[in-house]
Amino acid sequence: MRSLIAPALLVALVLPASAAELTISVEIPRLNVAEYHRPYVAFWLEQQGGSTTTLAVWYDTKLKDREGEKWLKDMRQWWRRSGRSLEMPVDGVSGATRPVGAHSFTLRTGQAPLAELAPGDYTLQVEAAREVGGREVVSIPFSWPLDGAFSNSAAGSQELGTVRLDITP
Amino acid sequence: MISVRLPRRLTPALMLAAAFSLPLAAEAHRAWILPAATSLSSDDAWVTFDAAISNDIFHPDYHAMSAAGITATAPDGSEAPLENIHTGKHRSNFDLNLTQRGTYRISSAGKFVIASWEENGERKRWRGDASQWRAAVPADAADLRITESARRLETYVTAGAPTETVFKPGNNGLELVPVTHPNDLFAGEEATFQLLIDGKPAAALTVEVIAGGMRYRNQQDEMTTTTDQQGRFSVTWPAAGMYWLNAELEDDQASIPNATRRASFTGTFEVLPQ
Repeated sequence: MRSLIAPALLVALVLPASAAELTISVEIPRLNVAEYHRPYVAFWLEQQGGSTTTLAVWYDTKLKDREGEKWLKDMRQWWRRSGRSLEMPVDGVSGATRPVGAHSFTLRTGQAPLAELAPGDYTLQVEAAREVGGREVVSIPFSWPLDGAFSNSAAGSQELGTVRLDITP
Repeated sequence: MISVRLPRRLTPALMLAAAFSLPLAAEAHRAWILPAATSLSSDDAWVTFDAAISNDIFHPDYHAMSAAGITATAPDGSEAPLENIHTGKHRSNFDLNLTQRGTYRISSAGKFVIASWEENGERKRWRGDASQWRAAVPADAADLRITESARRLETYVTAGAPTETVFKPGNNGLELVPVTHPNDLFAGEEATFQLLIDGKPAAALTVEVIAGGMRYRNQQDEMTTTTDQQGRFSVTWPAAGMYWLNAELEDDQASIPNATRRASFTGTFEVLPQ
């Protein structure tokens, strides 16, 4: 019994009373182009002067021989900041490309892929790259810790529509 | 019109032989190895390369460079095979399969000796491997002039995160050591590199940097800078694109007594947009 109780106590002590929730919403715009492919999209968090954490990467995960990974480098900023050091696929981070429309997902601090946030200035970066299309990065800065709920959005002009970040501390 | 710099006293036939029969077109002014991409994802990436000697940088319009002397070094230091080698009229091309993660070096390097001396009233010349000059030149050669020449032509490509193992200097000729990694270059940012000559800092050396795409502009628009006491120099990339970088050295510090030492480094660098 001792061996079971001790880890349970440890978890209770380490987990904060309540984890903050980050909800990221992104709009994949409808584009009037002759040849359309769903964009690859990478989401990552940069701490100013600190670490970079990849939150999600949407790419063609179903191609044979992991052929979809060949184009990950086209999300150039993400590739430089984080992607090139990762071994793809990453559980809970790699995901399929999304169709045109609004999409969102929620992450909790202290739960992979998001660690507990150290106090500091952060930027949520969202980068989209589309086969035979363009590339665009949209950024939303915020500071941590927060006094109350945070909400901000930024819009892309080519490859991304509105990107929104909602944080419930 | 031909931008190939050759020793003045060689005959045209010798000039051609010297420039093109060697693996590395040793005396060519603008030789280059151009990768189609330098930063790759996937664990099974392929890169294709062109190798040529031309007037306009990266426009193959003059002479193919032989692929015979080009070698690729993998991140773990082993030699990686060049595949699908083809030599056409104006360029050679080949492929490289990046099966390891990290930085590969693709290079063509050579060291040779040029000797000339007086014999029976005429000028004799010999050119060959540095280890053979003593056997080739008469011991009592009159008015002997010797040049020891080391040429190096390189480019780098990376799968995944950049690594630095292939930059370990061999202390032979002019070599580039990164301060900024050559596969981590971005428009508007400053990059710093170090040049070594036979393993020691190559100080006060002029470095010339020219952007590709010269066919579509009227001037060379070359940038020049000079290495400091540590052999370091910096370049701020004005725009994304492929760049050709060249440094040449000539002094009296050859390993052969009273010989002239010549060395050159030429590299192709890709700069990505922000």
